[in-house]
Amino acid sequence: MRNTRLLSMIRKEFIQILRDPRTLALVLVIPVVQLFLLGYAANNDVRNVPLAVFDQDRSPAARELLDAYRAADYFMLAFDVSSEEELRRLIENGQAGVGLIIPPGYGAAIEGTGSADVMFILDGSDPSVAATGLSAAQLIGQAHGARIQAERLARIGVTGAAQPPLEVHLTVWYNPDLEDSFFMIPGIIGMILYAITSLLTANAVVRERERGTIEQLIITPIRPWELVVGKIAPYTILALLNTIEVLAIGSLWFGVPIRSSLLVILGLSALFLLSSLGIGLLASTVANTQQEAMLTVWLTMLPALFLSGFFFPLQAMPKFLQAVSLIFPLRYYLSIIRTLLLKGTSPAALWPDILALAVFGVVLMTLAALRFRKRLD
Amino acid sequence: MPEPVIVTEGLTKRFGDFTAVDAVTFAVEAREVVGYLGPNGSGKTTTIRMLLGLLRSSAGRAEVLGYDIDRETEAIRQRVGYMSQKFALYDDLTVWENLTFYAGVYGVMETGHLTDTLARVGMGDLHRERVADLPVGWRQRLALATAIVHNPRLLFLDEPTSGVDPLARRAFWDLIYELVESGITAFVTTHFMDEAEYCQRVGIMRAGRLLAMDAPSALKREALPGRAWDVRPADLLAALAALEAAPGVQRVGLAGDHLRVIAAADVEGAALAKAAGDGRAGVEVTPAEPSLEDVFLALAG
Repeated sequence: MRNTRLLSMIRKEFIQILRDPRTLALVLVIPVVQLFLLGYAANNDVRNVPLAVFDQDRSPAARELLDAYRAADYFMLAFDVSSEEELRRLIENGQAGVGLIIPPGYGAAIEGTGSADVMFILDGSDPSVAATGLSAAQLIGQAHGARIQAERLARIGVTGAAQPPLEVHLTVWYNPDLEDSFFMIPGIIGMILYAITSLLTANAVVRERERGTIEQLIITPIRPWELVVGKIAPYTILALLNTIEVLAIGSLWFGVPIRSSLLVILGLSALFLLSSLGIGLLASTVANTQQEAMLTVWLTMLPALFLSGFFFPLQAMPKFLQAVSLIFPLRYYLSIIRTLLLKGTSPAALWPDILALAVFGVVLMTLAALRFRKRLD
Repeated sequence: MPEPVIVTEGLTKRFGDFTAVDAVTFAVEAREVVGYLGPNGSGKTTTIRMLLGLLRSSAGRAEVLGYDIDRETEAIRQRVGYMSQKFALYDDLTVWENLTFYAGVYGVMETGHLTDTLARVGMGDLHRERVADLPVGWRQRLALATAIVHNPRLLFLDEPTSGVDPLARRAFWDLIYELVESGITAFVTTHFMDEAEYCQRVGIMRAGRLLAMDAPSALKREALPGRAWDVRPADLLAALAALEAAPGVQRVGLAGDHLRVIAAADVEGAALAKAAGDGRAGVEVTPAEPSLEDVFLALAG
C-alpha cells in the first residue's frame, strides 16, 4: 500500500519550495557566488609581490641579481628608488611588499672576493605573504649565489665542483601547482551542503510552528518519522543538485579534478546530509521563530567551519582543537570530499571517516525524531 | 440513549503554579452542538488541547469517542476533526492543494469526495485560489473543509468565528447545523454571547472553572439568581447610580438606550421605577427575557 501520508507531505513541501522563487533562486545562486568569491578571494598563492629596489651599485653584476629576482614570478620589479628613505616610504604605505638594497661596491666585491651582501626587506604585517616572500628571496638568492660560484670556479679552471653535492627533487602529487582553489572548492561543497540543508529544514519546520499549522499536523494520523522525512526529502534533493552544480563549476571553471565517480561522491554527500539535516531538525525543536532557528544554526555552523579544516588545515591546529574538531561531522565530510576529488582514492580506504559520518547521521536523526513528539507540552 | 462522545471527570491542567483548567466535569452526547463560552484565557483552548492529546492532563480523566485521552491519543485523532483558532492553512498553497494535503495525510484520496467536501462548505468554484488571497470568511470555510475531509464523527471548533464578519458568522453556524444533521457532534468554543445562543447546550468557563453547563433557556431560568428588567429612565446615568444603591438590585448595566437590571425575585417593577426616576413618574419598566450575558455576568460575578 502506498504511504499517502508521506507522499502528501513531500508533495506539499515541494510545492512550497517552488512557490517561493526568491528562496529557490537564492539556494541555486548563492553557491555559485560563494564558489567564485572563495575560489578567488581565499587565495593564499603569493605572486607578483611589488618589489622596490635601491640599487646603489648599478654594475652588471647587480643587474644580473635583479634579473634573477625578476625571472621568478614571485616578485614584480615595481619601483627603482634612489634613497633608503624612499624605499621605506613605499613599504610603509603598502605600495611595495618587499625591498631590495644593493650596496655600493657589490659588483666589485663579487668580482674580487666572490662574496657580497645585499639586504632584503619584507613587510611582515601579512605573515603569509611575508613567509612566501622570505623563502622565495632566499631560494633565488642562493641559486644565484651558487651560479656565481660555479662561474668563478669554471673561470679558474675547476670543473665538476660546479655540481652541488646533493640535489633534492621535489614532486607534488594530486595538486602539482599547489592551487589553493583545489583545497577550497571541495570545502565549499561541504559548507554549502551544510548551510542549505540545516538552515532550510530548520526554517521549514519552525515556519509551521509560527503559522500554527504544526498543531493541525500533529493531530492528523501522520507519524513523526513521516513528518521528518517528508520535510527533509525535498531539501536533500535540492542539496544534491547544489553539489552537482558546484562540482561542475569547480571542474569546468577552476579546473579542479574529479578523480572519483559521481555516484560515490553523491552517495557519500547524502550520508553527510543525514547529519546536517539532523542538526537543522534539532535546531527547529529548540527554536520558536525563524530568526531563532537561523541563529541557532549559525552558532553551530561557525565553529564547524573553523574547526573542521574548511579554512585552516587540521594539522596546523593545536592538539586540543584537533580533538574538538572530532565532534563536527563536517570535518569527516571535508576529509572525504577532498580525498575523493583530488586523490581519487577508493572509498574503502576512507572507512574511518565514513563510519564516523554514519554514526553522527544516525544519532542526530534519531535525536531529532525523538524530540519531534506529537505534543505541544 | 446514545453513547456520550465526550466524558470528562475532574479534568485539570496546571502550568507550574497556574491552573489553566480546574477540575472540569461534563459530558457531550452524540449529535449535540455544545458551546464552551468564556473570555480569552479562561481555559477553553487548553481543554480542547487536552481532549486531542496535544497537552497531557495534570489530573482527572477524560474519554473521547470511548478512547482515553492520554493513552489512546492516535485513535482519537483519526476520528475527530479539529479547527484551531489560527485556521491552520498554508497561505502559499491553493484551496485545492490545502485540501488534498490534509486529505492525503488522513489517507483520503478520492477526488470526488474532495470536490463534495468543498461544495459542502460552499467553495466549489474556488479550487485554484491561493489561500493568501482569500478573505477571512473563506479561509474559515476552507479550514472547516480540511477538518471534515476525513468524515470525523466529532468536530472540535476553537473560536471558529473570530475575526469574521457577522453575516459570515451566521452563515458558518448554518453550516455547522448542516453537519450536525448528517450525524456529526460539534464542540465549539466562543467568546461571543450571541453565538452561544445557537448552541443546544452551553458551558460557561471562567478562570479555568466550568461554572455551569446546560441549555441556554435552562441556564437563564436556573442559573440566574433573580429576574431581568428593562428600565428606560430620562437620565440614564443618574438612574444607573440610583438603581445600584436600591435594595434587592443585583446588577445594573447599560444596554444601548436603556438599562438592564437584574433584581431579586421579590423586587417589583414599581419599586425599580421609583428608584430610577428619583420619585418622579415617566420611567418605563418592563420585565425582560434574560440573555446569556446576564447569566454569564451573574455566574462570573
